[in-house]
Amino acid sequence: MDTTEPTLHKFDVIEAESVVVRFSGDSGDGMQLTGTQFTDTTAFLGKDLSTFPEFPAEIRAPAGTLAGVSGFQVHFGSKEIFTAGDTYDVLVAMNAAALGNDLKNLKKGGIIITNTAGFDQKNLRLAEYPEGVNPLEDGSLANYQVYKIDVTRLTKDALKDMGLSNKDIERSKNMFVLGVLYWMFDQSPDYTLTFIKEKFSKNPLIAEANIKALKAGLNYGDTTEIFTTRFKINHSNLPTGTYRSITGNHATAIALVAASEKSGLPLFLGSYPITPASDVLHELSKYKEFRVRSFQAEDEIAAVCSAIGASYGGSLAVTSTSGPGMSLKTEAMGLALMLELPLVVLNIQRGGPSTGLPTKTEQSDLLQAMYGRHGESPLPVLASNSPADCFYTVYEACKIAAEHMTPVIVLNDGYIANGSEPWRFPTEEDLEPISVSFTTETNNKDGVFLPYKRDEKLSRPWVKPGTKGLEHRIGGLERENETGDISYEAENHEIMVKLRAAKIEKIADYIPLQTIDTGKENAKVCILGWGSTYGSIKSVSLDLIKEGYDVAHIHLRYLNPFPKNLGELLSGFETILIPEMNNGQLIRLIRDKYLLPAIGLNKIKGLPFTTLEIREKVLELLNK
Amino acid sequence: MSEIIEVPVIEKLTSKDFVPNQDVKWCPGCGDYSVLKQVHTIFPELGVKKEDFVFVCGIGCSSRFTFYVDSYGMHSIHGRATAIASGIKASRPELSVWVVTGDGDALSIGGNHFIHILRKNFDINILLFNNQIYGLTKGQYSPTSETGKITKSSPYGSVEQPFNPAELALGAKATFVSRTLDRDPKHMQSILKKAYYHKGASFVEIYQNCPVFNDGAFFIFTDKETKKTESLFLEEGKPLVFGVNNDRGIKLDGFNPVVVDLNENGNSVNDLWIHDEKDRIKANILAGFQDMKDTNPDLPRPFGVLYAVDKPTYEDAMEEQIARVISKKGKPALDKILSGDKTWVIG
Ligand code: SF4
Repeated sequence: MDTTEPTLHKFDVIEAESVVVRFSGDSGDGMQLTGTQFTDTTAFLGKDLSTFPEFPAEIRAPAGTLAGVSGFQVHFGSKEIFTAGDTYDVLVAMNAAALGNDLKNLKKGGIIITNTAGFDQKNLRLAEYPEGVNPLEDGSLANYQVYKIDVTRLTKDALKDMGLSNKDIERSKNMFVLGVLYWMFDQSPDYTLTFIKEKFSKNPLIAEANIKALKAGLNYGDTTEIFTTRFKINHSNLPTGTYRSITGNHATAIALVAASEKSGLPLFLGSYPITPASDVLHELSKYKEFRVRSFQAEDEIAAVCSAIGASYGGSLAVTSTSGPGMSLKTEAMGLALMLELPLVVLNIQRGGPSTGLPTKTEQSDLLQAMYGRHGESPLPVLASNSPADCFYTVYEACKIAAEHMTPVIVLNDGYIANGSEPWRFPTEEDLEPISVSFTTETNNKDGVFLPYKRDEKLSRPWVKPGTKGLEHRIGGLERENETGDISYEAENHEIMVKLRAAKIEKIADYIPLQTIDTGKENAKVCILGWGSTYGSIKSVSLDLIKEGYDVAHIHLRYLNPFPKNLGELLSGFETILIPEMNNGQLIRLIRDKYLLPAIGLNKIKGLPFTTLEIREKVLELLNK
Repeated sequence: MSEIIEVPVIEKLTSKDFVPNQDVKWCPGCGDYSVLKQVHTIFPELGVKKEDFVFVCGIGCSSRFTFYVDSYGMHSIHGRATAIASGIKASRPELSVWVVTGDGDALSIGGNHFIHILRKNFDINILLFNNQIYGLTKGQYSPTSETGKITKSSPYGSVEQPFNPAELALGAKATFVSRTLDRDPKHMQSILKKAYYHKGASFVEIYQNCPVFNDGAFFIFTDKETKKTESLFLEEGKPLVFGVNNDRGIKLDGFNPVVVDLNENGNSVNDLWIHDEKDRIKANILAGFQDMKDTNPDLPRPFGVLYAVDKPTYEDAMEEQIARVISKKGKPALDKILSGDKTWVIG
């Protein structure tokens, strides 16, 4: 349903290219679920979109407090959408704390939908409004369209004869709000109705309550005359094809399954729960039918070590974690590097250092990935740029690990790990092959097997224990070139250090050359990004180019080694701007490697860039 | 379990087949040589193909073991051999996986992995060479060194109390807990075989002499004059008897072990504690003997299998779960996972 149906009262229809809605409420208000349902419905109806779920750090911060606010932001529209939006058109505030927390980014003149029951004395106090101040009453919201709805009471009324507990009724109020939103955006509730029936199939009473609440919300929009605005958003002009909705962590998990299937290697995941990476473990634990061995280890070190063991045994081995876990894994990663075994290390970055900001996003582990091990220990590093891109990047990481016999680090971050977007998913056939062959015969005419004899990629043979005649030992002590015997010999150590480095450098021969994402070569300003800043940079570049500015956008997936043409490509631009959610990390690598005077734009607030922040900086550079 | 099953020998192997082309570099007289010898001796008898053995070691003198057995092996990082072994066994259940570790490697830096691999009950064999000292780093006290031990890092004596490895293993829900000595080759061979045949994590504590930094720590259990009164060799279903002329026995008074003189009137072998490997409570009492010396000075140190029970192994349980899911769901096409359940078409 996307034509405006006849309704019972008059309202304005606003045609918009895109709209940003922010659902905000207490952790217990079910805002993540509400946002996800709204998003899935929107995607299902053919809009492009991007989401940004924001969780409080505590599982259940005291109800009604600012610390307990949980938000879900979705940007959707008929045009291509690259970010979750700097500011929102509609703010759903389930209580005073939600309004207090999120009003700042609501557009002037924007719509506020509130649950008035969340603005009583107690809620106002918990939200830290001064004594006697109620923003709904004091005229401070005069510049917005405010809809004051007693959602709690209306939900109670709608469900009153069902014999439900107060708690169950309370829990349904998010469905009422969702109903109102469906009315406001003229979206069919069918997707959510099906979802509710499936989710509560074992509890028909709760299913019925949720459905009733949802319909009550829809009817409320339809019949009460308080709503004066309804939005109309056309179908997007996304490329034709079949789509699904995907989060970054989910895409990561299925990329691993796909790589396992395509390579023929059994998949092993060693992991220890950590925010925001746990969903990879959760997701993979479901795919037992693909013989996925997901192993919840006793700690981060055991997680990576078990993966090393599995890799030694011939599996596609993966460990997933976030910053603090990465620190714990570094010694073992050094071992894997020395053993020259395939291993995929997923770091879903969060705000650091130490426990830092577990539920917030940051890109501050790049230098750790590059240099965070003792000794000379270079490793390939890749980064995903959007939720769906996690699939391709992680798949590629598996391919590099297996084909080049090396650990590979993938840097994702909380923003794209939890965020979602529509994805025109590939089929098995579309995926590049991953070619692995285990060595089963000696590689030396004298007979004695040489475990460190290298091929044209400089990688060594992969031999599964159990292979007759090739028995040998490997380990963390320096090996003699080719024989793999322990060697403390001076010359040999230098040779091996250089060989290991050359092997990683050689990967540049096998990865694609760097292309320009948007804009032209030799533009006045090149915005160079990596990871989850993709969406913001892309939006800014498209806008500026449309406005006639000479801007280009390059986005890196391969951070080590860099694509072979990167230096040449970058040297053609007058100015290079590197926006990063850190204190300047890629910029050091670029300056170091290419001696280019890049300029940094750094945001370290645990939040993604707004397009405005990047735009202003680019304009400043353009006008220089 | 500990009863020995006859396994068909696949290929005639000799102990020479397991001796690699490598100089063994332990100090002369080190107890490690004996363990290596016993391993080389029993391996051809286990009916396992040479290429199916995997040795995983951490760091320390004992951990050099990997280099000295010609099969597959990994010399890894300090304390992590057990964690690596869990990944090998989980992904390749058919391999015979052995971990060689030391008191520092397993009980200090690798303590967490040690207890968890026992709890998870992977079918692997853990040989812990206990020499009550750090050897490779040249002589610091270890988590099994006795209180007051004078070492380079404790010139005024260690102020710590030691771990009791068997007690720790039992507390970690190990399904096989045993103890043997470097200076008793026959006993060690029989224990190593039992460890191999036990399906589940087998813990073997091996008293190992470090002649360089802690010489003679366990001689009391093997020296002619003291062995008979200080050592108790456990046998399943047999009474706990020891002593110069097998004239001492152990009875249980409640939870207290009591040493009795069988020559004295009224004391009969029939009243003694009968060893039952499956009895967890008694296993804990046996493990505790070494800490009761203050109050019960006549108690000997038990050697042999203190505890052995059958429990499902991790890798079997994991395989069964996979098989169950596959039989229920079938193996879907990858395309199903790529598309998910809910798709929509644009255009
Ligand atoms: S230091 Fe001790 S344990 Fe190490 S090899 Fe020498 S004698 Fe053996």
